[in-house]
Amino acid sequence: MSKYMIPANLAVSDTGFLFMPATGETFTLNEIGRKIFKLLQTGNSEDQVVKDICENYDIDAGTCRKDLDDFVGQLKNYSLLNEL
Amino acid sequence: MSELKRYERPIITKQYSGFMNKFGSSPITTPKTEIDGIPVNQITEKFGSPVFVMSERKIRENQRNAYRIFKTRYPKVQFAWSYKTNYLEAVCSVFHSENSWAEVVSEFEYDKARKLGMKGEHIIFNGPDKSRDALIKAIKNKSKIHIDHFDELYMIIEITDQLQLKADVAIRVNMDVGVYPKWDRFGFNYENGEAWQAIKRIMANKNLKLIGLHTHIGTYMMSADAYRIAATNLALMTKSIRDEYKHLLEYIDMGGGFPSHNTLIGQYLPAEQVVPTLEQFADAISTGLFALSLPAEELPMLILETGRALVDNAGYLITTVLANKRLSAGKRALIIDAGVNILFTSFWYKHKVSPAQESGLYQEDAAIYGPLCMNIDVVRESITLPSLKLGEKLVIEYVGAYDMTQWMQFITLRPNVVMIMEDKSIEIIRKAETMEYIAEREVLPAKFAKNK
Repeated sequence: MSKYMIPANLAVSDTGFLFMPATGETFTLNEIGRKIFKLLQTGNSEDQVVKDICENYDIDAGTCRKDLDDFVGQLKNYSLLNEL
Repeated sequence: MSELKRYERPIITKQYSGFMNKFGSSPITTPKTEIDGIPVNQITEKFGSPVFVMSERKIRENQRNAYRIFKTRYPKVQFAWSYKTNYLEAVCSVFHSENSWAEVVSEFEYDKARKLGMKGEHIIFNGPDKSRDALIKAIKNKSKIHIDHFDELYMIIEITDQLQLKADVAIRVNMDVGVYPKWDRFGFNYENGEAWQAIKRIMANKNLKLIGLHTHIGTYMMSADAYRIAATNLALMTKSIRDEYKHLLEYIDMGGGFPSHNTLIGQYLPAEQVVPTLEQFADAISTGLFALSLPAEELPMLILETGRALVDNAGYLITTVLANKRLSAGKRALIIDAGVNILFTSFWYKHKVSPAQESGLYQEDAAIYGPLCMNIDVVRESITLPSLKLGEKLVIEYVGAYDMTQWMQFITLRPNVVMIMEDKSIEIIRKAETMEYIAEREVLPAKFAKNK
């Protein structure tokens, strides 16, 4: 069960604006992206993220898991998270 | 239990600082949920995906509009439907019912026009490939034969002499109208006197009647003025023929080449902002023709072989998302069930692509690939689209011209083509191909057949 560490100094606004102070880079997240990012930042595992999203959104666990894999891949690509 | 919220795939987009885009932010993609009032999902449920959809209403609207635009500028106008642009019988029939003649460029197309009941004299026979048999057929039917080269002219002379027939002919004239590329591979050249030589040869033959002059200066023409130059040149030739031979031509055929609102690959601004309007083309052509300075009753008829501009926006391709992928550099890619084998025009157009359902507001750059296991199967290199789930539909617009004639059976079978009629009913106008349809033309030699 994968868990991730997100640099603590990353700031995400309520509108999905993400700022990385170390590099000055900025990103935008859509609603689900913001929600997942916050769940990962607060130490939730991938399974917990999928469960939370499926309880609140109209999506099946399989699709949600696939989209999460893709999203995590992008976050890694931008050096926004590390696998524990 | 509380109602579940609408899901949209999680997206993160990196922001880049720099100069502001002078054209503003990317446009919000408006979903295309229905075509001519029929829900897209209803069409795919009944006819599958992918599926081409033609709109009878739009074809008629385009044809009537074009006729009005030219007729208000020049007294005698006749359209001839360009078969090669879309020769599905239903499409040709709509144009013919709007009084369009047929413009064909092969014996196959000629036979198709005849099968649809076109009178011989209402068929314009163009192109460099006319067999002896095809010419005999066209001469006997009193069709308008547009001669492309001297070998064809000599063949017609020989046929009419041998069979004691009279032929109605025109010549295709090519010329420099200031655009690149210069289409000098078709017809007789204006500037070097070749066209005039051909005219003299025709006028000296008792079996041939020169009834018109034809030109076709290019395709997807971005300059209306090129048509004014071409029309002026043909008008001057018409005048010379009248002065020298006391012979009045029946018509001047300006061919086709008007662009649609499809944006070319490499074109920066959208087509609707850069291509001239039909009104501008009509102004240019009528200005050129009035150089004739003839009384109205002596003016030759203006024939137009407009194809793309009359049918492109009447065709739609509905396609389904097969997969979402992430490319190595992080770019999103969609795989859809329609490839370049049925969407041939994606090699030169940036088609308008819209989701067929409501989507989130968040948009992302994506590549669209077809289903073929071929690297060339790229429907769009880059397009901004909202998040799309598997099975969701896209509508690709402006696909009425050339796709349903230049498509090929390759790897997959060609899909249904349907037409939404003016009364909103839907009819199949070309059935989806089947394994049996493809195999029917194959012959397995006996020595292999035993292994079956």
